[in-house]
Amino acid sequence: MVEEKRIALKNSGLINPESIDEYINAGGYTALKKALAEDVSKVVEELTAAGLRGRGGAGFPTSIKNKAAADFCSDCEKYIVCNADEGEPGTFKDRIIMETDPHILVEGMIIAAYGIGAGMGYVYIRGEYYTSISRIKKAIEQAYEKGFLGKNILSSGFNFDLEIKLGAGSYLCGEELTLLESLEGKRGYPRIKPPFPAEKGLWGKPTLINNVETLANFPAIILNGGQWYRSIGTEKTPGTKIFTISGDVNAPGFCEVPLGVKLGDLINDIAGGTTNGEPWKTALLGGAAGTFVPYSFANIEMDYDKLKAHGATLGSGAVIVIGSDKPLIPTLQNILKFFKHESCGKCVPCRLGTNYIYEQSLRLTNEKPQGRSLLLDDMIKQAQIMAKSSLCPLGQSPILPIESINTHFREQLLNE
Amino acid sequence: MDTQEILNKFKPTKDNLLPILHSLQDNNPQNYLTDEALRATAKHLNISLSSVYGVVGYYTMFSRKPRGKYVIRFCTSPVCSLMGSINVLDFFSQRLGIAIGETTSDGIFTLEESECLGRCSKAPAMMINKQHYVNLTPELIESIIQQLKNS
Repeated sequence: MVEEKRIALKNSGLINPESIDEYINAGGYTALKKALAEDVSKVVEELTAAGLRGRGGAGFPTSIKNKAAADFCSDCEKYIVCNADEGEPGTFKDRIIMETDPHILVEGMIIAAYGIGAGMGYVYIRGEYYTSISRIKKAIEQAYEKGFLGKNILSSGFNFDLEIKLGAGSYLCGEELTLLESLEGKRGYPRIKPPFPAEKGLWGKPTLINNVETLANFPAIILNGGQWYRSIGTEKTPGTKIFTISGDVNAPGFCEVPLGVKLGDLINDIAGGTTNGEPWKTALLGGAAGTFVPYSFANIEMDYDKLKAHGATLGSGAVIVIGSDKPLIPTLQNILKFFKHESCGKCVPCRLGTNYIYEQSLRLTNEKPQGRSLLLDDMIKQAQIMAKSSLCPLGQSPILPIESINTHFREQLLNE
Repeated sequence: MDTQEILNKFKPTKDNLLPILHSLQDNNPQNYLTDEALRATAKHLNISLSSVYGVVGYYTMFSRKPRGKYVIRFCTSPVCSLMGSINVLDFFSQRLGIAIGETTSDGIFTLEESECLGRCSKAPAMMINKQHYVNLTPELIESIIQQLKNS
């Protein structure tokens, strides 16, 4: 039986999210005090020891990003940005953190800012997340009142200001360089990298961008030490992960468990098994920019590298379960419609390609197996070209669901 | 609040363009950005009118068309679709007598499709203005329509 281990969600549901006193009584802001009492280099040291990897989807080692931003220059203007533009279909972990324990994010951001020497931070929240926006806004106000934000924080000599900025309905702005464009008040077009944000980010200044869930792990890592964090989860992917499970299951919802949990256990123990009681047909891992896996993956451990070795992704932690009685073509069409809608149009292969593969997917419905076979091959070929020739992850992503569904379910797609 | 009062609350720097647009739209009874408001915004920020239109046109939450008192954002993304959102959306559309993107003639409802709203564990889901509604069925839609019409 899988048991939850809550680190980022440790206060979720247990305290009043609008009360800073309840957060403090639950041990809140002690990690900040500890961090401020120690040398700034200690933050990156602990993150390195912890082996924390970015929880937004890419799984890039957090300490490398933080170290790059910390080391780029001293005494220069730097920024920290929290990516709270959660929009990957099937994902709602960041919303849960912000709605139920906003101060853990605020505290995590102040610690991260101290570690790199940033004087200004922004939480970029998607515009539709009204409750998250109001909770974070209130948490920031309360943190200022208590002296955790502003000038000379807790008499440490460290100054840090934090503000909220809202997105306006663009999935692509969750991509970190696009997010910076949006913060600067522009259309959400991706930037060419390098330069990476740690060198040239917001307004050309060194910038650290971390996801909500990533930052929510910082207080516990500082408080208990990186070694403690590394003892949880798997060797290559330490710690816990919030999974959001949806679709044809009895108890859809979210959970925080050590990485390395088996997919089947997540679906059965946490989400109560499938609604029709039969083995699930497929689970779509990581949302639209994710991969379809078959029931035979039930015993695979959920960790970035192990899934990658099997041609699958962990991504944002979304697990979308599709029951044995459901067809697959409509979901594939829906995903491709999503990419078509969200493509920004900057790169021609993505602008044209997302339209083209969506239209090809619509033709699947009325084709016989032979025609479907040709269409699938064509869609894969086009998606491969897009992956190679698009600037940002959006154009690079459609190949993931298409290739994985084709690998595991080609027969079904031809005949359903 | 008139347009100038709203603009005066923001420092005239370009990074305030999105916050200004949100604020202008939220303060418009028809939930949209008027051409006059966009001209005033360009002037306030000292940027070209075309760059303001470029930003407005890019982000789906902004509208240059008048919308209803209640803007419905109905999620049709993969999880909600899997859980039957399309049938509920069809019912909603028929019940209001409008297609997606249209506004009812009494100016009360605008029906829009939306990508994932992050309410996947209670799909199908939608938002009406700032309120979200989950586990949608035709019966629930019917009662929501009645409730909003009477309020």
